[in-house]
Amino acid sequence: MKAYFGRRYTLSASHRLHSDALSAEENRAVYGKCNNPHGHGHNYVLEVLVGGEVVRETGMVIDLGVMDKVVQVKLLQRFDHINLNMDPMFVNRVPTTENLCRVAFELLQGAFASAKLEYVRVEETENNFFQFYGE
Amino acid sequence: MIELTRRATFSASHYYWNDAWTAEKNEQVFGRCANRNGHGHNYTLEVTVAGEPDKVTGFVVDLKWLKDVMEREVLSAYDHRHLNLETPEFAKEIPTTENIAIASWQRLEPAIRAAGGAKLSRVRVYETPDIFAEYRGQA
Repeated sequence: MKAYFGRRYTLSASHRLHSDALSAEENRAVYGKCNNPHGHGHNYVLEVLVGGEVVRETGMVIDLGVMDKVVQVKLLQRFDHINLNMDPMFVNRVPTTENLCRVAFELLQGAFASAKLEYVRVEETENNFFQFYGE
Repeated sequence: MIELTRRATFSASHYYWNDAWTAEKNEQVFGRCANRNGHGHNYTLEVTVAGEPDKVTGFVVDLKWLKDVMEREVLSAYDHRHLNLETPEFAKEIPTTENIAIASWQRLEPAIRAAGGAKLSRVRVYETPDIFAEYRGQA
């Protein structure tokens, strides 16, 4: 039977929202406080959902330890306690939470062996979050 | 179509064990969850039904009715129970979060279908705030 397994992780990182395609005034107008030159940070929550057949022998879609390791290696080690703007993935894209969500999906896609990545949700604060299901 | 979700919590104990395996293999695969004395969680059950709001009441389903169905079909069987030892579905199946989501669906679906209104859309079970499983029925 097909079921879904989800897990929530936290990572803390800083970013600055700034587009080189816009003037300094336009950046301030579009991004407001988030354009502060020195950046600011968030405790992000990443929710990862994978889907697949429940293996009869284990009762599991995926081993929790395996899933944690993948997310740890592919995402948390890379983005936790860093400045997102300095990461190569954000050289040409603004590290909005929308883009962090897409990047996280791209990095995790295909990494869970038999289970398929269904979505990545990134909560920037308790009041705003973004979800990406792939193209 | 509107989706409506109701939450409820239950507390239960369980362990993970496959009788076809050696003790060593069970411990290797399931780690601390293989402790035969069991351990427990505060589970959250999230039940989502989908349908059109009734023209007279404006309800997709009556929330009190849904609460009662969840109580009767799931919580009365699982709350403050040892899932391996006290629920028939887990005499053979391992009470992982995935299997609890599937079993909860199987307990709820006939009662919701019999009411003839909104359809059961998904069941999500949180084992902790950071670990959950979901079942959406047979596709």
